[in-house]
Amino acid sequence: MAKFQRKGKGGMPQVSTASLPDIVFMLLFFFMVSTVMRETTLKIEQHLPGATEVKKLEKKSLVSFINIGKPRKEFQSFYGTEPRIQLNDAFAKVEDIRDYITAEREKLDEKEQPLMTVSLKVDDKTKMGIVVDVKQELRKASALKINYSTRKVEAIDK
Amino acid sequence: MARKSRETPEINGGSMADIAFLLLIFFLVATTMDIDTGLARKLPPYNPDQENSDDKVKERNIYVVLINQYDQLLVEGKEMDIRRLRAETKEFIVNPQDKEDLPEKTAKELPFFGEVQVSKGIVSLQNDLGTSYGMYIKVQNELIAAYNEVRDEVAMQKFGKHFDNLPEDKQDAIKDYYPQVISEAEPKNIGGK
Repeated sequence: MAKFQRKGKGGMPQVSTASLPDIVFMLLFFFMVSTVMRETTLKIEQHLPGATEVKKLEKKSLVSFINIGKPRKEFQSFYGTEPRIQLNDAFAKVEDIRDYITAEREKLDEKEQPLMTVSLKVDDKTKMGIVVDVKQELRKASALKINYSTRKVEAIDK
Repeated sequence: MARKSRETPEINGGSMADIAFLLLIFFLVATTMDIDTGLARKLPPYNPDQENSDDKVKERNIYVVLINQYDQLLVEGKEMDIRRLRAETKEFIVNPQDKEDLPEKTAKELPFFGEVQVSKGIVSLQNDLGTSYGMYIKVQNELIAAYNEVRDEVAMQKFGKHFDNLPEDKQDAIKDYYPQVISEAEPKNIGGK
């Protein structure tokens, strides 16, 4: 008995780890809620240009993405090195955009359809030719709200 | 024997933390926190019939910005460095001295401002098919920045606040004061892809 008492006085009282799971769960829920899963795997190389006057894309559900860039190394043997368009998970042709836009638009409520935004994620080394084709196609599909996806930078190097 | 098995043994809660940690690490790795940002623009509606109808604007009201396939700028017929583009565009938008060769103004009644002179200027951006996208975005950025700076200046003057911090009705008034008109003409294919 006396032995035990001495030990208790001298050593530090042990920190209770009973609340550890609670803390971890709290963190877990935070990350679960804030996680946005990457829906598509990029098959193209993409380095977005920087800009200073950027705006945030407000509602993720209203945004459809069009990726343009050079195919990644592993796809180059099949698709070449010219910039290509990627819609969802697959390479696409310019003509496919209209169907893609129609499909994306139909996913939304009727009320939200005019608010639909198309985000163009284009590699900064791409030539404008393909971007112009895409833009024309978007005009034909009357998806007029677009957004040039850029990184926010403090000052652009000129 | 049978009686014993009916009692449920207590589950050891000690490994709960481990499981939670495992999940936590999974979500930590899977999380992408980046919010998509970009330059918002609006495309003109597609109308194949009116190909040449926008030529009726007076020349002094158009600010022509051309980018060629070597990413060089030609602004109002003169070569220009991109570093000067923002300041020059601002002068075009504001036209402080009412110069003859800069855009005309029309009187317009606006809330908060009363009657003001609103510029009729249009920025026309034209690129070649061989222009790089990076350059195109840089120029777009400078043009938008010019408008934003001009709007911010007037917001500071009138309301003593930055444009972004103003309530929506005041922002709309300033937007009408300096309407952002960046027209993108059909690109030309001079240099080839």
